[in-house]
Amino acid sequence: MSYVKIENLFFNYGENETLKNISFNINKNTVHSIIGPSGCGKSTLLRCFNRLYDPSSVKISGKISIDKVYDNILSNRVDEIDLRQKIGMVFQKPNPFPKSIYENVVYGLKVRGIKNKNTLLQKCEQSLIGAGLWDEVKDRLNAAAFSLSGGQQQRLCIARSLVVDPEILLLDEPTSALDPISLTVIEELILNLKKKLTLVLVTHNLNQAKRVSDYVTFLFSGELVESLPVKDFFTNSTEKKTQMYINGFMG
Amino acid sequence: MTVYSKKQKKINLMFYFFGGIVLVSVLSVFFLLISALFYKGYSNINFDFLNSFPSRFSEKAGILPGLIGSLLVCLTSMLVAVPFGILTGVYLSEYKRKSAFSLVLQTTITNLAGIPSIVYGVVSLGVFVYYFKLGHSIISAALTLSLLALPIIIVCTYETLRLIPLTIREAAYSLGANKMQTIIHHLLPYSLSGIVTGVFFSFSRITGETAPLIAVGALTFVTFLPQSLITNQFPYISFAWTDDPYTVIPIQIFNWVSRPDTDFHSNAAAACLVLMGITLTISAIALFFRAKIQKSIKW
Repeated sequence: MSYVKIENLFFNYGENETLKNISFNINKNTVHSIIGPSGCGKSTLLRCFNRLYDPSSVKISGKISIDKVYDNILSNRVDEIDLRQKIGMVFQKPNPFPKSIYENVVYGLKVRGIKNKNTLLQKCEQSLIGAGLWDEVKDRLNAAAFSLSGGQQQRLCIARSLVVDPEILLLDEPTSALDPISLTVIEELILNLKKKLTLVLVTHNLNQAKRVSDYVTFLFSGELVESLPVKDFFTNSTEKKTQMYINGFMG
Repeated sequence: MTVYSKKQKKINLMFYFFGGIVLVSVLSVFFLLISALFYKGYSNINFDFLNSFPSRFSEKAGILPGLIGSLLVCLTSMLVAVPFGILTGVYLSEYKRKSAFSLVLQTTITNLAGIPSIVYGVVSLGVFVYYFKLGHSIISAALTLSLLALPIIIVCTYETLRLIPLTIREAAYSLGANKMQTIIHHLLPYSLSGIVTGVFFSFSRITGETAPLIAVGALTFVTFLPQSLITNQFPYISFAWTDDPYTVIPIQIFNWVSRPDTDFHSNAAAACLVLMGITLTISAIALFFRAKIQKSIKW
């Protein structure tokens, strides 16, 4: 049943041990939240999944495997370009390219050498529909991405990641720079997306974790405290740190 | 709302007036200079002036060799400086690791832009003219001026690349682009306005350079043109002109103003106007490009 397995993951950045012996599993077609106080290593952990770190300045050991796809995505034999097709990422602040909406969405295909106009247009429509943005932008695909609102830009970034049909979508605090209405739209979108793929969500917002996730992993200063289904985490946890964190005594 | 005291208001007003006076006086000096040039030189500018060789007689003298020389030398030097400058800027910004050495390197490059141009001239005399035996030719002049243009282009490229947020690079990487694709598809296009500005700015700077070219052996009285680029034999294009002697407009101007015959002075004024016309046109083109490109990108 477990789809992604993280085993004994250590991550050192220079002298700092950012992640210490992390092991947990992620199930397919679920939303898995990673929470914890600032600086606990959530974002670092997320960036291990698509290897978005500078390999020359970090030391990393352990294993992340994806069922039937990769034995260990941290191994040098796994091509980063290939990996990032299967694992998409959405960032904290909407970061569309200063190009048209269309150019933004199809970039992931273009960079892989797909040039057929019809394929590109079709994929563009599909992923914009998938990101719930199609109805708002279908008449102005050539408009600048910067002309969209913040929430729309973030959905554009989601559409941009969906265009290569990833298996997993990494979300790094995707709503922290957005207004409450855009936040609701994105959360609904996340729940919709889990029918098709697996989502790993880093969030600062406990209520958000409660609302959208199926499983929660709690990190504290680089160590894994516990990884539980969301209900158990918020109601039945026996860990002292978890109780303190969800009651607002730290972080 | 901030409430200002009476004293603060007074100081504020004083600054306002002082700044205005300084601005007006600086601008009026500039205006006087230009109008003096126009007054003296305007009547001399006509097609014959642009299309004649220098002469012993002021009314027959023209700036054709200087004009052609300036254009050839500056364009050739941009041909060298632009690719090297942009690539160096990209390397410093995207590939070089941050270290004490890279800081030293960067400071050195920034300071290179401030070195007196005659120093470049003397260095080039040794390196290009004598060591590489390029002679007193257009190519050694172009290489000399490209040394002056390089630091400007490098710094402009570097600075605009640094302005692009890290998140844009991460977005490209996360979509599967490698470093080179990220640079070619995103970073260079997005920093185009800064790079274009640097290129045009350095072009207008080197167009006015005199000292380094005197050092590397530009002529002052030239009554011939460099060999033609186009020939009537296969391959119909020839680079023999790069070895030819040359002069440039600033040197022509210097030559004319140092003559005792004051009639030549109005020739010099006219040549100054032509030179200014060239640099202002270049700046205008740069401004136009910048306005056009920058409309779409605001970080």
